[in-house]
Amino acid sequence: MKKNIYQKIWEAHLVCEPEGEDAILYIDRHYIHEVTSPQAFEGLRLSDRKVRRPDLTYATMDHNIPTTDRSLPIADILSRAQVETLKKNCAQFNIECFDMFDPRNGIVHVVGPELGLTQPGMTIVCGDSHTSTHGAFGALAHGIGTSEVEHVLATQTLRQKASKTMEVRINGTLPPGITSKDIVLAIIGKIGTSGGTGYVIEYTGEAIRNLSMEARMTICNMSIEAGARAGLISPDDTTIAFLKGRAMLPKDRSFEALAEEWKQWASDPGCSYDTLVELNAEDIEPQVSWGTSPEMVGGISGTTPVLADVADVNKRHAYGKALEYMGLEEGMPLQSIAIDTVFIGSCTNGRIEDLREAAKVLRGYKKADSVQRALIVPGSQAVKRQAEEEGLDRVFRDAGFEWRESGCSMCLAMNDDKLAPGERCASTSNRNFEGRQGKGGRTHLVSPAMAAAAAVKGVFTDIRNWKYQD
Amino acid sequence: MNPFTIHKGLVAPLDAMHVDTDQIIPKQFLKRIERTGYEDVLFFDWRYLDDGKTPNPEFEMNAPRYQGASILLARDNFGCGSSREHAPWALFDYGIRSIIAPSFADIFFNNCFNNGMLPIRLSADLVEELFQQTRAAEGYSLEINLPGQKIIRPDGSAISFEITPFLKQRLLNGWDQIGLTLRYEDAITAYEEKRAAARNA
Repeated sequence: MKKNIYQKIWEAHLVCEPEGEDAILYIDRHYIHEVTSPQAFEGLRLSDRKVRRPDLTYATMDHNIPTTDRSLPIADILSRAQVETLKKNCAQFNIECFDMFDPRNGIVHVVGPELGLTQPGMTIVCGDSHTSTHGAFGALAHGIGTSEVEHVLATQTLRQKASKTMEVRINGTLPPGITSKDIVLAIIGKIGTSGGTGYVIEYTGEAIRNLSMEARMTICNMSIEAGARAGLISPDDTTIAFLKGRAMLPKDRSFEALAEEWKQWASDPGCSYDTLVELNAEDIEPQVSWGTSPEMVGGISGTTPVLADVADVNKRHAYGKALEYMGLEEGMPLQSIAIDTVFIGSCTNGRIEDLREAAKVLRGYKKADSVQRALIVPGSQAVKRQAEEEGLDRVFRDAGFEWRESGCSMCLAMNDDKLAPGERCASTSNRNFEGRQGKGGRTHLVSPAMAAAAAVKGVFTDIRNWKYQD
Repeated sequence: MNPFTIHKGLVAPLDAMHVDTDQIIPKQFLKRIERTGYEDVLFFDWRYLDDGKTPNPEFEMNAPRYQGASILLARDNFGCGSSREHAPWALFDYGIRSIIAPSFADIFFNNCFNNGMLPIRLSADLVEELFQQTRAAEGYSLEINLPGQKIIRPDGSAISFEITPFLKQRLLNGWDQIGLTLRYEDAITAYEEKRAAARNA
């Protein structure tokens, strides 16, 4: 029988299916961070349980840590306590931890792939919904709650029911200026934030095959914003080329042998899925979200909605509330929206390719005076070093951007990087929820290139018309 | 975990689609390392005025008639976004034991069962009907009967709901899922050995 990648990984990781219970699925890789793990470790201690496979578990600090000078202690007492708790827990249970001063530190979903810890065919979990990012490598990866973190620590397994599968096929070739962020926002705009609920998505099609690993990670990252816990892309030569030479690959086999194994996980040609969603790459415009849910999004040439045109009453109500929160009028051109702040970073768009794209746009320009702050927060220390080596930090600084240390930063604003009430931000992150970037803050989700262009113009602008300077 | 069997309680409406876990509990309250004590920060940004203390009179759940509610009525895609289990912890600490909505986000749905809470999916039409009845009659309560998989309304009429046998058993018995899985520890060890052998072959 021809199988899709989800079916292959599921079958290979099935420990057992006890009668009348959910299946027990083996977990190959468990990533943890400071925010969703302390209660899980406490649970282990209270019931006198051990971590079954500390060797398959890796920790990093990312949500809470400052992106400013790291030589100073963390000012927020609670944040500091949480970071220290993770360190202590890792020491007690013998788990490797990339702490704030480790050169490998960074956002968990940036660090795993860049170290080669994330590999095709794996099952990967983390107490973080954007774990779906790792699906870009053809791994079954998804977020879990803290009780499940404790379950994985204690048993190295997870209770699961098999998901339905959805193929999201992107046909054709992406037009210039259109990025994977625009693809995934367009998908969410089409199927809605609950369109993928109960499904695991596999992204296929010519446009996906032609994407780099960084771009694939951006798409898989936001699968959760479409309601799907996991989103995968079958491994291919691009996947293998990315993994070659990564520091933490298995040492007991040759890279060629690993690559051979990895390729076997790809979906069989002609396999089937429970449902299909298709988009044509040629139809995708640069996207800008206008509301308080990632599905409230549209092409840059469009406008905010006109409520009288929205047939569904609950939806009309939600749109009206969103426009009010966002301080926007009905039927307003998206290109007329002026911004105060720009944030480029996060597990969605904080990788080296994202910074290169933003720098390409900014080269020779300065941010508009009306833009009060513009932050670049690399996804990891490795990304930061690479960008500095390429001189990208100079381009950003010359354009009036702040060049920061790595971390989750303003994506969720757990540290000091947050919006003030009413502050409007062009953000490369993943969620435009009310208050996500700070209470009363207004978030517009865009690609790194669109965010950079908005910084220069002070309003959203169509990146397809950008005059690049060399 | 406390078992969930039959629960009778006051119903409170939360009339919004796509309520995300950032709304259920904003990020500044995720810095604690405890599992309990989140009752006062549930729906923080909606529930309080800008001073963070004064109850917002426009937030429907704040109305005196809904105080003490233990059943939450919600709209589509409740609990979407972040996987933070702080969201079900905050709901539980506030006193919520069951949430009725047309649909739930997957991770939130699972997290509820790990905390002895019952999320119930009903059709959008039935949920709309319950919203209307809740608002029409002060003190509107429902009895949720998990063994019989039905919700009994004040007039005695019953609505049946679906739940998988495994989730039902877990809630009815208040089973700790880790304990449940550790009964299969031998199978986990055998799986690990089989994988190691295949790798070395």
